[in-house]
Amino acid sequence: MKYIDEFRDKELVQELSRKIKQISGKKITIMEVCGGHTMAIHKFGIPSLLPGNIELLSGPGCPVCVTDIRFIDRSVAYSRLDNTIITTYGDLIRVPGSSSSLDKEKAGGADVRVVYSTLEALDIAKQNKNKKVIFLGIGFETTTPSSAIAILEASKKNINNFFLYSSHKVMPPAMAALLDEGIKIDGYIGPGHVTTVAGAKMYDDLTKKYNLSIVISGFEPVDIMQSIYFLVRQLENDKPKVEIQYKRAVDYEGNLIAQHMINEVFEPRDDWWRGLGVLQKSGLGLRKKYESFDAEKKINVRVEKPKEPKGCICGEILKGLKRPTDCSLFKRVCTPSNPVGTCMVSNEGTCQAYYNFKF
Amino acid sequence: MSKTILLGHGSGGKLTSDLIKKSFIEYFDNPVLNAMTDSAVININDKLLAFTTDSYVVDPVFFPGGDIGKLSVCGTINDLAVSGAEPVFLSAAFIIEEGFSIDDLETITQSMREEADKAGVRIVTGDTKVVNKGQCDKIFINTAGIGILERKFENISTGNDIQPGDKIIVNGYIGDHGIAVMGARENLKFEAEIVTDCASLNHLIKSVLDSGADIKFMRDITRGGLATIVSEITANRKFGITINESDLPVRESVRGMCEIFGYDPMFLANEGKVLMIVSAQSSHKALAIIKENKYGRDSAIIGEITPDNPGKAVLQSIVGGSRIIDKLTGEMLPRIC
Repeated sequence: MKYIDEFRDKELVQELSRKIKQISGKKITIMEVCGGHTMAIHKFGIPSLLPGNIELLSGPGCPVCVTDIRFIDRSVAYSRLDNTIITTYGDLIRVPGSSSSLDKEKAGGADVRVVYSTLEALDIAKQNKNKKVIFLGIGFETTTPSSAIAILEASKKNINNFFLYSSHKVMPPAMAALLDEGIKIDGYIGPGHVTTVAGAKMYDDLTKKYNLSIVISGFEPVDIMQSIYFLVRQLENDKPKVEIQYKRAVDYEGNLIAQHMINEVFEPRDDWWRGLGVLQKSGLGLRKKYESFDAEKKINVRVEKPKEPKGCICGEILKGLKRPTDCSLFKRVCTPSNPVGTCMVSNEGTCQAYYNFKF
Repeated sequence: MSKTILLGHGSGGKLTSDLIKKSFIEYFDNPVLNAMTDSAVININDKLLAFTTDSYVVDPVFFPGGDIGKLSVCGTINDLAVSGAEPVFLSAAFIIEEGFSIDDLETITQSMREEADKAGVRIVTGDTKVVNKGQCDKIFINTAGIGILERKFENISTGNDIQPGDKIIVNGYIGDHGIAVMGARENLKFEAEIVTDCASLNHLIKSVLDSGADIKFMRDITRGGLATIVSEITANRKFGITINESDLPVRESVRGMCEIFGYDPMFLANEGKVLMIVSAQSSHKALAIIKENKYGRDSAIIGEITPDNPGKAVLQSIVGGSRIIDKLTGEMLPRIC
């Protein structure tokens, strides 16, 4: 398949593996921020191609994983309202809240529908004028533009039974928060899709402050191996900087149209992250201009008090402090079919990647 | 475990096997059932019979290359055939929603007849129930089947003879059925139509068995896909399995769909695929015979049984990395068969 096979070329990957082993001497820890990278790394067996002194850690970049339990609880509460349809991307319905999940509410009769795009959710709103249709907006700069489009469309066409419950987030505050906590990260494999939208400029403040190595990577094995090679080269030569490996999609400025849409509809606000707590200006809420579509402002519900699952260490895993295998629930109680924490729910989650792919 | 049935309980993956253990085996408990083979192997007056049943709820009822009727005949025939048995009789039971078109019903029964004729089996008994509108979705079909099992093939369904060095063969492209049904359901338009691989494999299997090739184990690859089967075969065994990703036959168009939707072809459903474990000496002979059959032209040796990694199925990835293959967990796509 064109544009895929080239980036899964065995010879090229083996060559990069040899090159990395040649130049790598220091013991280094590299964090892949994005869940898409976590999955690709394990799916293609990348760790088995690296020398023992390079450690790969998974970071807080899987949208489902970083979703706070309060968001799930409120979504569950919405789903119990009469004449209400919940629309969401697939993974979210299986995330356990304090006492329920959307999956369980659906089995109990709630109208919860999985959609592939926000416009599908908007269509459902058009077809069900007498019901409130709430879209659960999660994810980073990659999914935020499509939520923005839905709001702009709903506004233009006066679809006033459509609501967004936003948990959209931006990446750099979380990357900074990990370093502030003193977690040892020598370099980041930067999120390719997020940066396609936001541009490499999004890391300017971060690199100024922390003197960091970041290589923005594509998602195929050749991309990831080359990014690791770039990171090792930077770290061995003590020349940290932002480098773009994923040049076929990413540039410094990013997608200005998408950025404009996000800015038009959303404004930064403080937000909860699982494991990281509240991070300043890390979330995106709807601007006042669009508050008639804001589920939080327009639809009142009683939400139960958050109760984190006992024994789950998703928070520490998201910070790179612990690994799934350190968790007493892993594979025993917590499995993809009976997930306790978010990192086991999503197929981009670290726990599920370990469960599915790791020896 | 959840207190209510979730869609994932019907996926054919891990939730299904948990449910079977907890809610069925626990109560039905008997040695024939507990063997958990594709077909039950029953001994009557020293004659061995294979007996199996399966229900079909696929949505939509008609899809590229097949329909629920064809599926209901092939599926049960294949369950018998992979046990080493020669399928002979089927039953067919219908649960039909009020308002369903009789023309459509007859299109379905017609295709059942055609498929049964092709496979050389007869549908000899049946049942009809009609429920109020909304109480089932159009039409559900259950078929059961009986096959005759020669004693020399008795161990095929248990896999007791599997040993390191044995080769793994699959009889062609994987994932076609899953993508064909999904495409029909979601109204996706493909440049080249992807059709179901739905087919009765009893003739193909018989030709391999008759050749004297040393077949150790067979299973039809349905829900849960290839990944679920290889992980089930190795569970609690003293051997491992290695699958070479670069040897897996996957159609270009199916790969494309998987890239877009984030599916793994190894988890996609099939309805005309069998996985065979064959001794190394017999493998090339078996492969040649399978390739002669219409339903085996694109077959390939995709891996082998290993002494390493006991109890585990391992994928040698396309770039040379290695990782575990596990059962499908949760539900990728409900009502695929």
